[in-house]
Amino acid sequence: MSTDLQADPSVGDYQFGFHDPTDSYTFKSRKGLDHEIVEQISQLKNEPDWMRDFRHKSLDIFFARPMPNWGGDLDQIDFQNIYYYMKASDRQEKNWDDVPEDIRKTYDRIGIPEAEKKYLSGVKAQYESEVVYGSLQEDLAEKGVLFTDTDSALREHPEIFREYFASIIPPADNKFAALNSAVWSGGSFIYVPPGVHIEFPLQAYFRINSENMGQFERTLIIVDEGASAHYVEGCTAPTWSADSLHSAVVEIVVKRRGRFRYTTIQNWSNNVYNLVTKRAMAYGDSLMEWVDGNLGSKLTMKYPAIYLMEPGARGETLSIAFANKDQHQDAGAKMVHCAPNTSSRVISKSISKGGGRASYRGLAKIEKGATNCKTNVVCDALILDSDSRSDTYPYIEVEEDDVVIEHEASVSKIAEEQLFYLMSRGLSEAEASAMIVTGFIEPLVKELPMEYAVEMNRLIELQMEGSVG
Amino acid sequence: MSVLKITDLHVSVEETPILKGVNLEISQGEIHALMGPNGSGKSTLAYALAGHPKYTITGGSVEIDGTELNELDANERSRLGMFLAFQYPVTIPGVRVADFLRHAVTNVRSPDRKEGEGLMPMREFRKELRDQMEELDMETEFARRYLNEGFSGGEKKRMEILQLAMLRPKFAILDETDSGLDSDAVKVVSEGVNRLCGPGMGVLIITHHERLLEFNKPQFTHVMLAGRIVETGDAQLAHELHANGYTSVRERHPEVAAEETQEEAAAVV
Repeated sequence: MSTDLQADPSVGDYQFGFHDPTDSYTFKSRKGLDHEIVEQISQLKNEPDWMRDFRHKSLDIFFARPMPNWGGDLDQIDFQNIYYYMKASDRQEKNWDDVPEDIRKTYDRIGIPEAEKKYLSGVKAQYESEVVYGSLQEDLAEKGVLFTDTDSALREHPEIFREYFASIIPPADNKFAALNSAVWSGGSFIYVPPGVHIEFPLQAYFRINSENMGQFERTLIIVDEGASAHYVEGCTAPTWSADSLHSAVVEIVVKRRGRFRYTTIQNWSNNVYNLVTKRAMAYGDSLMEWVDGNLGSKLTMKYPAIYLMEPGARGETLSIAFANKDQHQDAGAKMVHCAPNTSSRVISKSISKGGGRASYRGLAKIEKGATNCKTNVVCDALILDSDSRSDTYPYIEVEEDDVVIEHEASVSKIAEEQLFYLMSRGLSEAEASAMIVTGFIEPLVKELPMEYAVEMNRLIELQMEGSVG
Repeated sequence: MSVLKITDLHVSVEETPILKGVNLEISQGEIHALMGPNGSGKSTLAYALAGHPKYTITGGSVEIDGTELNELDANERSRLGMFLAFQYPVTIPGVRVADFLRHAVTNVRSPDRKEGEGLMPMREFRKELRDQMEELDMETEFARRYLNEGFSGGEKKRMEILQLAMLRPKFAILDETDSGLDSDAVKVVSEGVNRLCGPGMGVLIITHHERLLEFNKPQFTHVMLAGRIVETGDAQLAHELHANGYTSVRERHPEVAAEETQEEAAAVV
């Protein structure tokens, strides 16, 4: 078997558009979605009855629900032309050397093993439907930190798993949450015991390799009282002519005085539909933060939510969206204030270029009884050319008087004077545009750990390359 | 020795002719002053030389050592040694002074550099930047600020001079670099320019004031009227214009002055 990663000439500037030649899947479901497929997945995973029933009920909900008629264009998704489950390796390895060579080379090329050595507390690498590699620093394991794939958590930690699973995002939440609930596989499970602080990020890396693949990871994270952690996920896929579907569910609980940050650098290839439901519940005096970077995909619909459940809870979402040619980023944030004295902040920066479309869609909601709350939303959009588009859809629902709600939005174009100023100092037009764009998102990028900030800026520069004729 | 040669230059802004045949030659090491009433075309000349896309050259030529600049964009001109210190420097939010300058300096010193190729070594760059900032009496914290964001008028102008110092162009145009500054700031800027002037740089100082010229005594003074250079003299001419205004110039060039009045009338209508 060839071990060379195949380069796809149509990839262009997207550097992760290669695919490896793996064809030795240990299991590959037939295409299509029905109760038989769901049964097969559950049986292969040897799941308890309650989970099997949960999957079947979820599938019924998925079939019963209409497609959303808002957000992006979902009409082209053919649910019967997708592989819902693919397993490339029989087991999850603890040593990169044991991971099948083709797959390991893919992660080498993305740079995960190297990053793990330098600045990560633990890693999960998911390839297609299953996690193929997992690690966690020993001292964290000794302190009782759990970092496994979600299937293992169901087997090995059934009590805590069942207590929280689908308690934050039930299958009936929306059509794609129902789909994920029916066919979920892989994802990260994290438990941080009371008072434990994890200094370096835990990272998960999601990779789709096949054409017409559906990836449905399910992530469940519990940060116990007074604990803190930072989780980072990255995602890429090869550039294929046929579309793939990524539909994840991420559920998070941050207990009293806990702190948790969830960072995403989504860089799917331009043939991936990325339809994700993410929600966190933040309890008394805790802090939940989403840092959500969306650069890739054909269509992303994602609105990470924070439910502020008890007094003193704080929520913060920093969102960066870059919509390039043939891309629609419909991204945003939801902040739901369920208790008094809670506060939230959303900062969103979007860039559209080459005919791309970036939309901010957000909800700020103050429930009855949630007095003395404060929410602040700032959305800035930068449009790089006249073919591109930006929209803002802010929804505000308030059931109390004693609250402070602030919303600001701005849309700007790169000013000719800014370009001229930089170019008169020797920067080419492309360099000058890239510098202006990098500056535009700088207030968010500086919140990232250095390694991720460098990565984010590099990805933006790649998006800007060759952009000026 | 390099020469900047402007021959019969005609420039329009949105179809309106502003410059109507400017002739000027500046050699490295010379200081030229350009004076003239508001609206005479001084800033238009500055922008047209630097390559602003809104300023269209409709006739004549601009050359550095025989290389015509007419069709080159601002970035190519900059790499050939042209520099404009802006009257109103632009704010670039989120872009740190040091990052911007490292990029600019690398490109200007390696004119053939392609996008994505390596930048000047960080250590070397930092040292040079620190030294230049010290000379201009700037706090090192300045290098980490966003370019011109929240800068006072004086800070912006000092920033322009810092860029001049780092880029070391062959030809520098200072467009009212002394305007809107208090006398202390004018002094800092003037001393800065004075330190940078030398055999390697030709300077064109556009100014209404005399302070900058006191520190940087011009060998040539040019007077612009209605899009043309109508008189050229030495430092004494600059002094006279400051003292007496442009009345006598208009009297000596009644035809051009008439054109000036017509344009004003047209603008009012």
